[in-house]
Amino acid sequence: MDLGFIDLSQLAYSPPGRGALLLAGLAATIQIAAGAYLLGLTIGFFGALGKLYGPKPVKWFLEGYTTIVRAVPELVLILLVFYAGSGLINEVLRSLGQRPIDINALLAGITVLGVVMGAYATEVMRGAIAAIPKGQIEAARAYGMSSAMTLRRIVAPAMMPLAIPGLSNLWLIVLKDTALLAVIGSIELATRTRQAGATTREYLTFYLAALVLYLLLTLVSMYLIKHIERYFRRGLRGANS
Amino acid sequence: MVWDWLPEYWPRLAEGVWITIQLLVISLAIGTVLSVPLGLVQVTGPRILSWMALSFCTLIRGTPLLIQLWLIYYGLGSLFPGIPGLRESFLWPYLRDAFPYAIFAFSLSVAGYQGEVMRAGFLSVAKGELEAGKAFGMSRWTLLRRIWMPRAFQNVLPTLGNEAILTLKATPLAATITVYDVFGVATIIRQETFRIYEPLLLIAGIYIVITILITLLYRWIENRVPRPA
Repeated sequence: MDLGFIDLSQLAYSPPGRGALLLAGLAATIQIAAGAYLLGLTIGFFGALGKLYGPKPVKWFLEGYTTIVRAVPELVLILLVFYAGSGLINEVLRSLGQRPIDINALLAGITVLGVVMGAYATEVMRGAIAAIPKGQIEAARAYGMSSAMTLRRIVAPAMMPLAIPGLSNLWLIVLKDTALLAVIGSIELATRTRQAGATTREYLTFYLAALVLYLLLTLVSMYLIKHIERYFRRGLRGANS
Repeated sequence: MVWDWLPEYWPRLAEGVWITIQLLVISLAIGTVLSVPLGLVQVTGPRILSWMALSFCTLIRGTPLLIQLWLIYYGLGSLFPGIPGLRESFLWPYLRDAFPYAIFAFSLSVAGYQGEVMRAGFLSVAKGELEAGKAFGMSRWTLLRRIWMPRAFQNVLPTLGNEAILTLKATPLAATITVYDVFGVATIIRQETFRIYEPLLLIAGIYIVITILITLLYRWIENRVPRPA
């Protein structure tokens, strides 16, 4: 079918259509986003603890990390982390007498975006932990809970409702930021779309298709986030409003 | 680290910074102008316009800017040569240049994100103030110009500073469609000198400096705007 400027037959699932390719890209996008998000949350959690309770040098290091990452464009950071990371790995391999390797695109994307997301997650979680009333933590101490148990039983669940809006926003951001990986060449949706557009010269068709797929990802995410927020806010005043 | 390439490329880097600033300022200006009606109709209606504004904001905020930019540059750009007469018209030199496409895409992006901010801004103005304006016999237009819009902007000013920084951080995307902003110049330096890290670190520093300047500028504006008691 030909709708003037848009050629839908290009999007057919089986070749010569490139639908399967785009969907594989979409799957890679979801995997990279999910991986980077989990890595970012992990960095963010320990980063927040380090910023609040860590020794001075740790605090300075984390302050530098979050400030720089938030002030420098993601595109620049992605290139820096990508080259620095792959350079470092190959340097280590060379010193061990091994041959340099090609970096796995999926893992590279996850690491690069995860490091960037970690800075934002650190700030979100630091804010959430700092907002927990001191009395709750003191009460846990008074019950004789160890630091680890206080963290697990009190701090983690109490910070979640406060952190969730910021963290869900972060998920929507990381979904979109995966597209930046097209600049270093990856296997996710934006890279696939660019390749498909360049080989067929049907730019409009493919970029519109990608736009629709990204929008669907966002809309589905927003729907899920609404339910997740409700879960974590259970037992709070005004929880079901 | 090797920096001996720096003197040679300094003038081009300065040009790149100038392009980056142009991208930033022009997109922010156009985007802000567009964001006012986008926010306003979502508060006042009519229903159809409000729905259209919401859809536009969702589309812009729900998809990567890189894809929007490429859709506009490669997608729309590929249609223009097919329009008869356009090649001969005075518009053609502009349509061939990548810069206007970048401005177009970034302006729409600013409008989408800031439209959402302005919606909240218009909602945040107390009803009593608008009623007081009406009681003074202000027309709807005067009310908007004198009371509603300035008060809305006042309330969202800190958020607008953040939006400006986010827009700055989006500008290097223009380099992917051959606009030679500071990031684009750094890419050229990397290709010509085979230095990987130094140019990236340098422009990271430049972006940090611009971010600090934006923060200071908005703080200065915020201090000049009287805060309600």
